[in-house]
Amino acid sequence: MEIKKGIAVSPGVAIAKSLIIDSEDYRIPQRSIKPSQRMTEIQRVRNAFKDATGELIQLEKEQGDIEQRKIKDIFAVHLRFLHDRRLRKRITDLVYSESVTAEYAVSTTMREIASHFTKVKDAYISERAADIYDIERRLLKQLLGSKREDIGHLTEEVTIVARELSPTQTAGFNKEFVKGLATDAGGRTSHTAIVARSLGIPAVVALEDLTESVRGGDTVIIDGNRGIVIVNPDSETIRQYEEYSHEFLELEHKLDAIKEKPAVTRDGVRITLLGNIEFPDEAELVLQKGGEGIGLYRTEFLYLNRESEPTEEDHYQAYAETISVFKHRPVTIRTVDLGADKYTQSKRFAPEPNPFLGLRSIRFCLQNLMMFKTQLHAILRASVLGEVKIMFPLVTNIQEMMQAKMILRDVMEDLDEESIAYNKNIQIGIMIETPSAALMASTLARDVDFFSIGTNDLIQYTLAVDRGNELVSTLYSSADPAVLRLIRTVIQDAHKAQIDLSVCGEMASEPVYIMLLIGMGVRTISLAPPMIPEIKQIVRSVTMEDCNNLVRKILGMNSERQISSFLRDATRKILPEAF
Amino acid sequence: MQAEENTLEKVVFETSVEIKNADGLHMRPAMQFVDVANKFECDITVSNKANSVDGKSIMQMSMLAATCGTKLKIKAEGVDAQQAINALRELVEEEHFDEPTPSEQKKR
Repeated sequence: MEIKKGIAVSPGVAIAKSLIIDSEDYRIPQRSIKPSQRMTEIQRVRNAFKDATGELIQLEKEQGDIEQRKIKDIFAVHLRFLHDRRLRKRITDLVYSESVTAEYAVSTTMREIASHFTKVKDAYISERAADIYDIERRLLKQLLGSKREDIGHLTEEVTIVARELSPTQTAGFNKEFVKGLATDAGGRTSHTAIVARSLGIPAVVALEDLTESVRGGDTVIIDGNRGIVIVNPDSETIRQYEEYSHEFLELEHKLDAIKEKPAVTRDGVRITLLGNIEFPDEAELVLQKGGEGIGLYRTEFLYLNRESEPTEEDHYQAYAETISVFKHRPVTIRTVDLGADKYTQSKRFAPEPNPFLGLRSIRFCLQNLMMFKTQLHAILRASVLGEVKIMFPLVTNIQEMMQAKMILRDVMEDLDEESIAYNKNIQIGIMIETPSAALMASTLARDVDFFSIGTNDLIQYTLAVDRGNELVSTLYSSADPAVLRLIRTVIQDAHKAQIDLSVCGEMASEPVYIMLLIGMGVRTISLAPPMIPEIKQIVRSVTMEDCNNLVRKILGMNSERQISSFLRDATRKILPEAF
Repeated sequence: MQAEENTLEKVVFETSVEIKNADGLHMRPAMQFVDVANKFECDITVSNKANSVDGKSIMQMSMLAATCGTKLKIKAEGVDAQQAINALRELVEEEHFDEPTPSEQKKR
């Protein structure tokens, strides 16, 4: 049994066999076999060694005359390992004595050897671990080869363990079987965290070297409340966790009980709670949890989980499915937010050196008009099915906004010519998620129907912090006074211009910020569906006076630490179970 | 170097060597060692204070993690044991794997 500490990013407890996904998407299948299958597995190990050797020799030949001694040495060392009878025997012995698959035995043995090296103090020697992982990959490639299993085709419940998960990988998850996520890298707002919260499954990130301690098939407990991952727990620990998980579910049920009740403060101020979703089938979850519509429908996932670009009809079907759940409640569709870490980098011939400051989001759309118009066409066509709003992401200046609106008008004309019905008065809004947009909010407000504050990017760009980089992720905080000042400006400018305003970033899913947001004037909050009951509970427990007083105090504070501890204390008094 | 035993069935030779190259027995030297060892028919065992390993296995040799200054005992059993011991001692102590010793490294 091994206990690892990380950052809890999505609540809940999952207990299941682990599935390891490395950067090449290898998954190590089921570990146990019948004793009668052992000889077959041992033969598979032998073949894998033979084939990996053949492949390596071929690769070395293709390299031609290698001048560099280092590269030559790497090939030579790997070959020696593949020729090492002791190594092969250690693996086949494991297959025999434990009745496990060839893949599992290879993975276990190589990880044991690698961890032996990482423990050696001498840096020169400890770096050998990387070679061992390389050899592991070479062998697994032979073993899994053509029948490399697709993570989309799971047949039993698993917890996913990975160094880091990319949007493309998470888009392929089958939600019925993926019960929890744990990654080496990441922070509170990394992609893994967002996906886990939207799926309502527990997740722990920033576990540093978890992937070195877990092998595929090991039982893993992911405790998304305390930020703990337990590898190969003993039966007593499993029993305790099953009990604890049960209690946690009870709290959830208790909160679910308030879902029929309105989200109003104790003194009668109405707060609208909407859901953030990525997939059409999450729309149901929003309703179940008591959400009143969709405040942020992320559409990039239409692009991420398929080989070819989605057609206009693909877009339309997805939107129609979502809208049908909400009928005459608002569904805010955000146009594609591709670029940076999503999709376009892998397809780009020359990756950008600084993608988060590069061609992403609305910029990407404005340079790929065909793609953009296809989506707008589908949104407009779907606009007659319900109360659809359209939202442009990452606007940094007024020209971008005007250009996007102009293209939307072009597409409207196309629809007119095609005699296709659409809502001519569709509401158009923008996300305020860059400091420049926040500073220009009073100007931008004149030409749109609503603002939605995207706190994740706003914080990243204001504080110049990469939220996924664990070396600096502690600097990333919604409670930073600079961030709060920008948010307050945007809220005030929206009020002055009398346009709608909502907050849809991760900040809105965190209990500690709710009183602050309400006190600053926010009346519409869009958040991860599983968090809706908890946030509603807070709304129903406070008065406007509480919130206004809190804001007054916070505005006098200058440090992030002071603000966040003040907010934590204030929230703990309202909803002690949340901590 | 000394011959411990010399019967009809078994020839056993043993020697003590010290790792002299600055970077220790990392991957490349370990590779050179097993390459030399595998040229001979005899069994070769290498031990430090704690462990005994197969001198023909790169996995086991590299896991010894012998740094510069580590003393190792090499034992060879088989018909060509003496030649094996000679060759391995030369590789470790005289050629020190064609790598610089700490004093040579400083001069560079």
